[in-house]
Amino acid sequence: MRDGRWPAGAYAAEFADERQFAGAVAALRDQGYTKIETYTPYPVARVDEVLSERPSVLPPLVFFAGIAGAAVGYWIQWFTNAVSYPLDIGGRPAHAAPAFFIPTFEATVLAASLAAFFGLFALLRLPRPWHPIFEADGFELASIDRYWIAIDATDSRSDRSMMRRALEELGPLRVVDVPGDG
Amino acid sequence: MTALPVQAAAAAPEAAPFPLVPPEYPILTFEGGDHALTDQLLAPLHGVGVVWWTLLALSGAGATLFLFCIWYTFAKGIGTWGNNIPVAWAFAITDFVWWIGIGHAGTFISAFLLLLNQRWRASINRIAEAMTIFALVNAALFPVLHLGRPWFFYWLIPYPATMGVWPNFKSALPWDVAAVATYFTVSLLFWYVGLVPDLATARDHLTSRVARRVYGIVALGWRGSSTQWRQHRVAYVLLAAIATPLVISVHSVVSLDFSIAQVPGWHSTIFPPYFVVGAIYSGFAMVLLLVLPLRRAYRLEQVITERHLDAMAKLTLVMGLMLAYAYAVEAFVSWYSGDPSERFMYLVERPFGTYAILYWIMMACNILTPQLFWWKRCRTSVPVLLGAGVAILVGMWLERFIIIVTSLHREFLASSWHFYKPTWVDLGLLGGSIALFVFLFLLFVRFVPFVAISEMKQLRHDLVANGGREIGLPDA
Repeated sequence: MRDGRWPAGAYAAEFADERQFAGAVAALRDQGYTKIETYTPYPVARVDEVLSERPSVLPPLVFFAGIAGAAVGYWIQWFTNAVSYPLDIGGRPAHAAPAFFIPTFEATVLAASLAAFFGLFALLRLPRPWHPIFEADGFELASIDRYWIAIDATDSRSDRSMMRRALEELGPLRVVDVPGDG
Repeated sequence: MTALPVQAAAAAPEAAPFPLVPPEYPILTFEGGDHALTDQLLAPLHGVGVVWWTLLALSGAGATLFLFCIWYTFAKGIGTWGNNIPVAWAFAITDFVWWIGIGHAGTFISAFLLLLNQRWRASINRIAEAMTIFALVNAALFPVLHLGRPWFFYWLIPYPATMGVWPNFKSALPWDVAAVATYFTVSLLFWYVGLVPDLATARDHLTSRVARRVYGIVALGWRGSSTQWRQHRVAYVLLAAIATPLVISVHSVVSLDFSIAQVPGWHSTIFPPYFVVGAIYSGFAMVLLLVLPLRRAYRLEQVITERHLDAMAKLTLVMGLMLAYAYAVEAFVSWYSGDPSERFMYLVERPFGTYAILYWIMMACNILTPQLFWWKRCRTSVPVLLGAGVAILVGMWLERFIIIVTSLHREFLASSWHFYKPTWVDLGLLGGSIALFVFLFLLFVRFVPFVAISEMKQLRHDLVANGGREIGLPDA
């Protein structure tokens, strides 16, 4: 996560227009900044392309959680109905795979979706009610109609004064110093 | 949307993978910016009027009646209900199947339509998902009340008890528990994942300190960073992909409660798909009844456009036709089976027997009502849609009543034939559950962003970037 920790703080810039904002992200990237993070009211595809990362680990996580759920679900039924307390009802087999299929399916779905849910919030390190970016004046509009860019002050591309100037040259509504959390 | 190649060439010459005609009604006609859109969609979170309070008081009174009937059932026992052998299942199971069926449209709209990239879903998916959750709350109550000794409901869960016995997984009832519990959990998780960014919007939009705190906590500190959005979208699509087979499975499992029994009128292989179709059908009817008043009350005509009404009506028609097909196949197979009990049930008892009047009302409500939607004017007319919604919900409740009660009251042995009629407790539980549903829905409208705001903004920007045309919109 690019904004997980900001030990030395960050510089943040606010934009009102999506196109201008996306152009600004690309420009900073071209200048060699790597520790850039954006904050938008909705996912902006063009920024995603610029700031692309490794593929998400959620799909394999969910897949294996589903497999594990299926195994546990089937095992519970097999153990309870065929091993621990077999019921002979009209001579039907105690280990009844066709009947066990349905709860197994449900267990698969349940485990996979719990993995997707808790996996998502674990990956995002949420809940985290406070984050230094919330200290930026006017940041509450980032969930409404404004687009923000933040550069981690530890970015090795340039020193702090140059960082601020680089942001100002992109024509934002404002540039804000964000305190560190280290 | 029909595909006419000639027109399509003119409409979308650039890169359409297959010929498309632009849809008749626009998907979004909102003219303001993102801020105005947020203001409008969050209006109820800032305060509500007299109508809301009146409805809340009325539905609260009804929900109290529900609690009273539940208490009465617990205190006096199941004998206060009208069901008795041979009609051991009656109102409670009818209500259970009806409510759980209603829930299905929510998942259909949020998961199926997301995977199929139907971007109009963004205006109504949140409402439909809330409907699913509240319908499932009601649905889950009825089988528990029906247990007779509801305080032992946890015996259905496989936990290591000192008695050393376990649930029998070859019975349909533990399947039901697994299916309903999973469905409720997954619906809730899916709903909440979609809701988190909008709760953050509410946190930032509200002014009172307490409200900001509360929404700040439930928004979990969401800040809309590109990393968060990317992972969020992956998780959301994954949950949709998981929920899609789930929604098909839930009502299939419910139908197995009936079809693995040998009772005439229940023992049929068409039940799983037939129940799923009926479930989604009744759910669409309920979505109409919720969306249309909300659209009017909050002046959402630019967000929930005629396009949505038209699409919902078309889907209702499709489901209605599939249901009609299921009815026809059911009747045919009963005749073709040559089984006298099956033939008697489908071809004599249901259409001409004790409850024939209900049967014909059901047929009229479920088969004739959706035929209105062959006409474009009916598909976009609010009164017609509301009337059809009520009729379909009545029809679908009657369908489950007829399946359960007509089959049981004329079982194989004529000596055990019986006439069923409900008591006031049965009626109080049904009416009370509807009131509880309305009560919960009103609270939802007041406290939860009831349209997916971030998805609407994304849709709006995609539409602007695409020159206002819907063809060629990127995937959500």
